[in-house]
Amino acid sequence: MPPLTRWYIKSALIYLAVALLLSVVLALPTTINLPQFIRFMNPAYFHLFLVGWVTQMIFGVIYWMFPIVTRARPRGNEKLGWASYILLNVGLLLRVIAEPLTATIPESGAGRLLLISALLQWLAAVIFVALAWPRVKERYRGE
Amino acid sequence: MPRLSQWIIRTAFIYLILGFTVGGLLLVHKGLPLHPILWSWLPAHIEFLLFGWIVQLTIGVAYWILPRYWTQPRRPNPQLALIAYLLLNIGIWLVVAGTTLRAGPWTTAAGRAAEMGAVIFFAFHAWKRIVSREGA
Repeated sequence: MPPLTRWYIKSALIYLAVALLLSVVLALPTTINLPQFIRFMNPAYFHLFLVGWVTQMIFGVIYWMFPIVTRARPRGNEKLGWASYILLNVGLLLRVIAEPLTATIPESGAGRLLLISALLQWLAAVIFVALAWPRVKERYRGE
Repeated sequence: MPRLSQWIIRTAFIYLILGFTVGGLLLVHKGLPLHPILWSWLPAHIEFLLFGWIVQLTIGVAYWILPRYWTQPRRPNPQLALIAYLLLNIGIWLVVAGTTLRAGPWTTAAGRAAEMGAVIFFAFHAWKRIVSREGA
């Protein structure tokens, strides 16, 4: 299993645990006095689960198991793989902070962070697809 | 990887980009309002990513990687998997037309029915391939 896959899968597992922890907090009765910030974290919970866990786990397994490009560069440009991983995670974490912040304190300026978060996650997906696309093919036969 | 898996997986990649693009716009809109009509694309964002990306990728990889037969055809009834692929994609766009483009009350139901049909066709294809190493 390549190092990038290990990072993807371990990060995915951490996101799953964090998403489920957040789901517990969000399910607490409204009589419990939680910071307003937390009450706006429902979308963050969904995205921690579906981007942080599901999509990241898929990315890690694709990077590991899809047919290799060539023996010399089995998984294509490895640096692009790392760029995708970093962009996805920084973008997602930025969202988790900036989204409830924008909802609770609109004048905080965190709205701009959401723009950056969206851009980083979108770039991560585009880079990953560009990297994986040539590997959607018949088994490598050495030509 | 068989040709049909290549088609299904590449289609899933296209939906990933589509879903992230719509999702990205929605996220930006939360912080820096762009246009109120964007909110009507939330169901499309969900549809593209849940069915177009996750379900479709799973089906594409399953068609490739589930145990194959020792004799030809190695993957039985490939036409069932092809029908599943077509139905799933027709279903996705019908649901998007029904929810986001408001194409009529029956459109979403027809889309969901197509998606259900896709899963049933794929299950019929895959059922006999879900076996142990000994084929039992």
